[in-house]
Amino acid sequence: MLGLSSQLGPKRKAKGKLAPYESGMSATGDTRGKFSIKYYLVGALFILFDVEVVFLFAWAVVFKDLGMLAFIEIIVFLIVIMAGYFYVVKKGALDWE
Amino acid sequence: MIWVDLGITIVKIALVFFVVLTLVAYLTLAERRVSAFIQDRLGPNRVGPFGFLQPLADGVKFIFKEDIIPRDANKYIYIAAPAFSLVTALIALAVVPIGRGFETTIFGLLQEPTFVKLQIADINVGVLYILAIGSLGVYGVVLGGWASNSKYSFLGGLRAAAQMVSYELAMGISILGIIMWTGSMRLEDIIEAQQQYWFVFPQILGFIVFLAAVFAETNRLPFDMPEAEPEIVAGYHTEYSSMKFAMFFMAEYTHMIVMSCLIVALFFGGWYPLPFGGWFGVDIDTHWYLPPIVFVGKVLAFLFFFIWVRFTLPRFRYDQVMSLGWKVLFPLAIVNLLIISIAILVMQHYGVLGF
Repeated sequence: MLGLSSQLGPKRKAKGKLAPYESGMSATGDTRGKFSIKYYLVGALFILFDVEVVFLFAWAVVFKDLGMLAFIEIIVFLIVIMAGYFYVVKKGALDWE
Repeated sequence: MIWVDLGITIVKIALVFFVVLTLVAYLTLAERRVSAFIQDRLGPNRVGPFGFLQPLADGVKFIFKEDIIPRDANKYIYIAAPAFSLVTALIALAVVPIGRGFETTIFGLLQEPTFVKLQIADINVGVLYILAIGSLGVYGVVLGGWASNSKYSFLGGLRAAAQMVSYELAMGISILGIIMWTGSMRLEDIIEAQQQYWFVFPQILGFIVFLAAVFAETNRLPFDMPEAEPEIVAGYHTEYSSMKFAMFFMAEYTHMIVMSCLIVALFFGGWYPLPFGGWFGVDIDTHWYLPPIVFVGKVLAFLFFFIWVRFTLPRFRYDQVMSLGWKVLFPLAIVNLLIISIAILVMQHYGVLGF
């Protein structure tokens, strides 16, 4: 499927056709320059919280068998997570200006 | 025997590929027709009766367009990205069960009848598998945006990465309520547990969070930040042309189908047609063809819902999208988790609903 068009499609070389699209003007500067630190921050936070969610999955499967004990444990666990979460929110790490 | 199983599996895979890719093609037509209907237009109706051959015409046109690889692109990643995006979207369908299955001798070819499940791979962590594959889907988008080496593509890729990652959290936690309720991650077990009542009723909060997360994960409006046309041209596929562009599109629609299947299986009773009371006495082990019809019907209804929402709601702003994901849906999902766990404990104590 990937190769189909490159074999069958027309090939008309033209100056500027292969240039990166920038609304019709010639490109300025470098694409891989600086971009907002927020993207890194979201990535890092995601990894932190996602690892914690993975623990929850294992817990959820056996919850019905363990009952009260599992509930108390998860409350403790969630308090720890949410403490971190509220700290992050308070710090404004999730605000986009 | 192993050859028979292998043969059946291969046939099932081929069938799923064929059906899903055809459905994707007709979804593009459906989207245009439905949007036309909503906006009081006619939509494509020239190619074939009611425009039914339009997807075919589009496909042929895509193949015969020039395949452009931009001057500054990372060539190999640029070529691999659309394939990656489509493959990850397609393989998630492997664990979706559309019915219980049936016994057959394949027209007398086998001595003893073999049981054919209406599912490609029956694994006991189906939900986890779909979530895992769903998160791989972000790679295709990010790699495509990065490899194009164009500013718009790059921005689209970045946005996609941050957005999909944010909503995955809420999505994962909102499903936990159901896993607790059934004590299993097999999709078939979850569907069978909905014989008496659909899970959308006890899990309404989880469903709302999940639905919002699904729209964000599939990059559909109102969350289509990665390809917001007025802001960043076409987002991560700005530089793509011909079949590669089409593959990104197919990936998006396949993703929609997967997510519709997941919604139906988790919250809307899978192959049980009524919200309460299951099949009202019809024996679905003998009439094995009825469950798939119900299941696919519900999936189609949800696909229509996707299109409907797209042409009804306006687009969010990017910071709103991110704060909705992190500050509203994430805490809501945690609250849902707590509510469900308390509810299960109480019901276990009083022995309600068979707990």
